[in-house]
Amino acid sequence: MGNEIDGFALGACVHAGAMGKLFEVTGREAGFPMLMKVPILDGAAESAETLLAFETEAMILPRLSGTHAPRFVAAGDVSSVPYVVIERIAGESLDHRARPMPAAEVARIGAAIADALHDIHSQGVIHLDLKPDNVILREDGSAVLLDFALAHHRALPDLLAQEHRYAAGSAPYVSPEQVRGSRSDSRSDLFALGVVLYELATGHLPFGVPRTLAGLRDRLWRDPTPPIAHLRDIPPALQEVILRCLEVDAARRYQSASHVAFDLRNPDQVPLTERSRRRMSLGFGEQAVRWWRARDVARMAIGSRGDEEAAPVVMVAVDTTHPDDPRQPDLQRATRRILSLSREFRLICVAVVSSPIGAPAASEKDVQLEHRIRLRHWLAPLEVEAERVSMHVLEAADPGNALVEFAGRNNVDLIVLGAPAPDERALAWWRSVASSVTANARCSVHVVRRAPRSSPVNGDF
Amino acid sequence: MVLALLADIHANLEALEACLTHARERGADRYAFLGDLVGYGADPAAVVEIVAEHAARGAVVVKGNHDAAIAHEDGYLNEAATAAIEWSRAMLSPAQRDFLEMLPLIVREEGACFVHASAAMPERWDYVDSAGAAERSSHAAGRPYTFSGHVHDQVLYGADAHRRMISFVPRPGFSIPAPSHRDWLALAGSVGQPRDGNPSAAYATADLGRGSITFHRVPYDNLAAAAKIRAAGLPEVLAYRLERGV
Repeated sequence: MGNEIDGFALGACVHAGAMGKLFEVTGREAGFPMLMKVPILDGAAESAETLLAFETEAMILPRLSGTHAPRFVAAGDVSSVPYVVIERIAGESLDHRARPMPAAEVARIGAAIADALHDIHSQGVIHLDLKPDNVILREDGSAVLLDFALAHHRALPDLLAQEHRYAAGSAPYVSPEQVRGSRSDSRSDLFALGVVLYELATGHLPFGVPRTLAGLRDRLWRDPTPPIAHLRDIPPALQEVILRCLEVDAARRYQSASHVAFDLRNPDQVPLTERSRRRMSLGFGEQAVRWWRARDVARMAIGSRGDEEAAPVVMVAVDTTHPDDPRQPDLQRATRRILSLSREFRLICVAVVSSPIGAPAASEKDVQLEHRIRLRHWLAPLEVEAERVSMHVLEAADPGNALVEFAGRNNVDLIVLGAPAPDERALAWWRSVASSVTANARCSVHVVRRAPRSSPVNGDF
Repeated sequence: MVLALLADIHANLEALEACLTHARERGADRYAFLGDLVGYGADPAAVVEIVAEHAARGAVVVKGNHDAAIAHEDGYLNEAATAAIEWSRAMLSPAQRDFLEMLPLIVREEGACFVHASAAMPERWDYVDSAGAAERSSHAAGRPYTFSGHVHDQVLYGADAHRRMISFVPRPGFSIPAPSHRDWLALAGSVGQPRDGNPSAAYATADLGRGSITFHRVPYDNLAAAAKIRAAGLPEVLAYRLERGV
């Protein structure tokens, strides 16, 4: 009996499911605890599918980087000893947590999952089996996604494309487009996230546990009972986020996980629509209309979308301390030009005000309000729809650092900020902010300078 | 071992040289030419010469429908193609014509099958342009790997749990795991006349020991190749296709 495979010593079996077993293993210096996943292939008709799902995970994990998926260590030869050794993430999966949870906790966990989804989506991977069993929260509050057996990688052949069965326990979380056979839309994960948020917030599943295909097809039209009908104290902003994730039509959902994370972290900035005010499911008439429409939707060709780049988060840093600075129109023009390149952007406007140590606390609120008003006026000429914008006033002694940190926390794709020209010596302070942001940001930075005023004819415009 | 797969060169010397250099830089130590060495382009003799040298050193070479048309009139080719074949025939030496004439339609090795069109009746030049056609060709090939051309696009078909072929459009330069316990059919794309709107030459490399396939796009001097076509008095459309990659 082998209790060693390819140099890995097998320890305790920590999980035995229908598809495979998980063992603790030691023996190679990975620098972290390891698990070995072995598929159960008993020659049954499902074995071929089990093997394919197993291979899918073994193919995708080594191509994922970052902290939101278990690290890959090794894989065995599929035709002789199929196994995969991965990082063992400490902690219990999310399905062990008591629910309903307080709204703030739901938002915190939801934002962590959304961050994780954003990370894998930007690496071209769609999870397609998000549920509480497949999420572990690390001690620092960040989320790790487990089980990529049903996942899709943009640059790899999807041999699961024709499989229409779902792993046990996944049916409550599956998106409408997955029911129709699509496996290439990253917004499917946002639907599943909506189901998870709903479940954490209310203790109920929005669509129950369907046991038949007909039950699953309900998802093509059914509108869930609003969370607030289960629990009175669900905040409207949380209901808005959940119901937007659960839109049947993917085009009406959030278009990027980073946008979901942002709204969960900034509930006061969530524009409330009719979704936040629903008290009960749509009336019979409206449901009947949706059901009728779903008959056509089911027959329609499935669109595919998996492009996070189409929905960027753009952050513009505005110097609200000098609202009349001649560089402001240049910054506005640059921002407008950048936003015109994508329809699904999210714009974060940030002002940084210095917070002198020992400033009287009483004035804090006035300072915040004053700068928010200036931000709003700065933004007005750009005519951006309210639901795409949020405004923030950061108080920090080190503005460059504050901007970089804020951008990192909010999955910002591009920072836009102004900088003085090399000969404008008086503005050394701004130059240092721009150069520190450019050097330290983890995303792209667009530095805006005034056009050179060399022509004598032309003053300002 | 890195195997370079070059299909549909179509007498485009500039594209062939660019792909061979590219493949050499990636460690290619074996070559397979998947048919249609000639037709359309302005350098049939030089291309056949290079391929014949590779064949003498052990490269796999199979016959394409344009190669077959050099010896036998083919009623299926369009007007421009027929004009190019007639012109090419005159440009080739008797030895080069013999080389084309003697090429096999299909080559089966231990783990792989090489054929210009479909391995199910290669002489019919059927296009492998659907999952069903890929399934038929792969089954007829009887090997885990089937490598073909004829369809000028790059496509990888892989067998799923029920041995149905799933089609996939590869991203250039990204190594795709293709383990040999499944069946795979790769269309290498066209070296000498790509038609997907990107004028770069297309070919693929495979590492069968490791079970991986990588598709490549290689920029080459397509304007020079197009100019030669015009200078030779071949139909204008053939030059235009190289300029635009259509």
